[in-house]
Amino acid sequence: MATKLKPTDVVVVGVGVTGAILAKELAEAGLKVVGIERGQTRDTYPDFQLPNAHDELKYQRRHELMQDLSRETITFRNNKDETALPMRYLGSFKPGEGVGGAGVHWGTQTWRFSPWDFETRSRTVARYGKNQMAEDCTSQDWGVTYDDLEPHFDMFERVYGVCGKAGNLKGKIIPGGNPHEGPRSREFPLPPTKMSYAAALFTQAAQSLGYKAFPVPVSTPSKVYTNPYGVTMNACVYCGYCEGFACEMGSKGSPQTTVLPVLMKNKNFELRTLANVVQINLDSAKKRAVSVTYVDSRGREFEQPADLVLLTSYVFNNVRLMLHSGIGKPYDPVANTGVVGRNYAYQTPSSVTMFFEDKYFNSFMGAGGLGMAVDEFNNDNFDHGGLGFIGGGFIKSVSSGARPIEIRPLPSGSPRWGSAWKKATAHYFNRNFGLALQGACQSYRGNYLDLDPTYRDAYGLPLLRMTFDRHDNEHKMSLYITNKAAEIGKATGPSKMNVNPRAGKYTIVPYQSTHNTGGAVMGNDPSTSAVNRYLQSWDVPNVFVIGASAFPQNGGYNPTDTVGALTYWALDAIKNKYLKKPGSLY
Amino acid sequence: MEKSSGRRWFLKSVAAVGVAVPAAALGADPPSRHSHGEHVAQAGSVKVHSLPQAYGWLTQPEQTFIEAAVARLIPSDELGPGAKEAGVSYFIDQQLAGAYGTMARNYKQGPWPEGTPQQGYQSRLMPQEVYRAAIVEINAYCTGRYGKVFEALPAAQQDEVLGDLEAGKVALESVGASFFFGLLLANTMEGFFADPIYGGNRDKIGWKLVGFPGVAAVYSDFIDKHNVPYNAEPVSIVDLQQRMVGVDEHGHPQHVLLAKKD
Repeated sequence: MATKLKPTDVVVVGVGVTGAILAKELAEAGLKVVGIERGQTRDTYPDFQLPNAHDELKYQRRHELMQDLSRETITFRNNKDETALPMRYLGSFKPGEGVGGAGVHWGTQTWRFSPWDFETRSRTVARYGKNQMAEDCTSQDWGVTYDDLEPHFDMFERVYGVCGKAGNLKGKIIPGGNPHEGPRSREFPLPPTKMSYAAALFTQAAQSLGYKAFPVPVSTPSKVYTNPYGVTMNACVYCGYCEGFACEMGSKGSPQTTVLPVLMKNKNFELRTLANVVQINLDSAKKRAVSVTYVDSRGREFEQPADLVLLTSYVFNNVRLMLHSGIGKPYDPVANTGVVGRNYAYQTPSSVTMFFEDKYFNSFMGAGGLGMAVDEFNNDNFDHGGLGFIGGGFIKSVSSGARPIEIRPLPSGSPRWGSAWKKATAHYFNRNFGLALQGACQSYRGNYLDLDPTYRDAYGLPLLRMTFDRHDNEHKMSLYITNKAAEIGKATGPSKMNVNPRAGKYTIVPYQSTHNTGGAVMGNDPSTSAVNRYLQSWDVPNVFVIGASAFPQNGGYNPTDTVGALTYWALDAIKNKYLKKPGSLY
Repeated sequence: MEKSSGRRWFLKSVAAVGVAVPAAALGADPPSRHSHGEHVAQAGSVKVHSLPQAYGWLTQPEQTFIEAAVARLIPSDELGPGAKEAGVSYFIDQQLAGAYGTMARNYKQGPWPEGTPQQGYQSRLMPQEVYRAAIVEINAYCTGRYGKVFEALPAAQQDEVLGDLEAGKVALESVGASFFFGLLLANTMEGFFADPIYGGNRDKIGWKLVGFPGVAAVYSDFIDKHNVPYNAEPVSIVDLQQRMVGVDEHGHPQHVLLAKKD
């Protein structure tokens, strides 16, 4: 029997990137906010300190900072004719767990989705006609435009200390930046980071082919930086233990380094850790959330009444809590009705790796997103007429920091073990660099999330079931843009080169990206979206569902900046519209 | 604590991991907040012997099988010592006994249908059970085919067995041969390249082979240098915990750069 607690104004479910910002802003607006987090408290000191912060086995191989699958995982199948089986090991993606969420171990690339991304369907149909998209493609417009979100991108980038070079300032193209980006209202808060030898070779090669190379936007401050909340971040030292790790320097944009130092001092905020929310309780008409039920570390159940419930956990738990709680109609792929679980999408990463005999890269140095990129083959920046696909992806040089358990590429066909393997590894470990392509992924009728009929979590609740595969559009796109990247790679003058477009069935085993999207998508039509353009549930208006779960399909960029922009966009609607007149904002 | 017992503890710790203290590191100035420079200097004048490592979980036939197998996966050759010399079998022993071997942070509930390759690990067995079952069956296979258990075979035949396991050409009863081989190879690479605190990568053999400096220093002044090898004496977590290497204010080691090798 749950113990009923004293009511609060706001409950935030999950204290990561989005939850921390919303809690901070709403607590400052005078509301009583309770943040409920399933994992532990973690901070730069003492949790992320040297020397143990630089332990590849612990962090990259044993996933110290990531979700404990013994308590909760997802099940997976490629299509609805298969039986979904549990993801027993982390592989394809790595959700976080604990205060800060995946914002602790992310790789810091802070890209804005392009204006085209937010209007994928209408712009595609306008330029190419409706046959350009596959019949079962359910990609759609977001209900917000790039211009709606621009001030909120700007705010998130200032809070997270993002480094870069604007390529489009209020419509004026600026040399050195990305000419294909949406217009920015002002320059990045910080100048670009230092660049590696690999980035310099990439830039030279890209320019020789006529492409405009620019610094990848990253949240690893190029110098000491104080954000608008008055929190100071250290300058990055390029240690190469970034993505998958926590930063010992506090030099990575994360809730701990940007928001929590202010939030934790606010008496209107209370953090409850090791507390797992299992249900949002609705009134009898199912039109209003009255409380959330959570289980604490001692197995006790509590019911926390609240006027406003913000779902701010990772994509999977946002969707799972809606399904468990009866918020919105579950998606049915056969009848093609319902919205919760609809339009789950992912990404289509691919790579090119160049090997050299006479060039030495100190591959172990770097930072999560460090590199130069070109955007000529992303979005609708190139003519897709006759290509048979939509979308694309950026192409960037990689200097993320190579640690030898996981990152020691060899030319295709090299042995995997024995003396010949050893010789090749000793030679190439510091004599290679890669290009990474963040290929987009469209949404399809058969790709969705629902509740698994068989497997359960540690609380006895059904796991979320993922049904997903990439379609022809993604494979054609990946082949096309990866071949373009290979031309750049070839122009860097390697002795050997691996070209790996994404092909074949999606597999949950090798790491690809922690860029899962959709399942509670936003839009202007309640028959095709679970939340409206303010990320508010159509059915239960005092529930907002915030995160990449709202993306109707996934773009050719890392999603965090867009997640941050949506957070500030929803915050603006909550503060300036909802609180003045609670109820549906649409 | 008495100074002498503190020093004894220090020497024992050094000995336990068999670290040869680099002369150059001894010359580096330790930061003022650490006052262990004296201990380091004393340690440098004492001949340090490696204490033997011990197995805690593997049975005797498993120990000899893994020692023999990892010695073929990463052999000792003209480029230097291999996985056996690096202590990879001890690393595997410790890993199998602990959270990794028992899937402490992995989903273990059934049912366990075989699944598709795309669905990943679906064995009902935990890694420690996989090793236990597979090694017995591989030795039985070797005895049937070659008349000897794996470790008693000549290197060329061991390579043949490993290659057949990798290709799934050996029929094992409890687990797929290529599945076991994949696990063994991944764990061997982990043991060869992980920080020495886990029992493998003795004397940072793996890191020295590829030119990896271990715990990172501040690279702000080096990241943008073009085609200039940064060739440092590798630093491990234990070096820093034992204060054998100087550190900056954030705890980054002061790497000692070595003379150019190539």
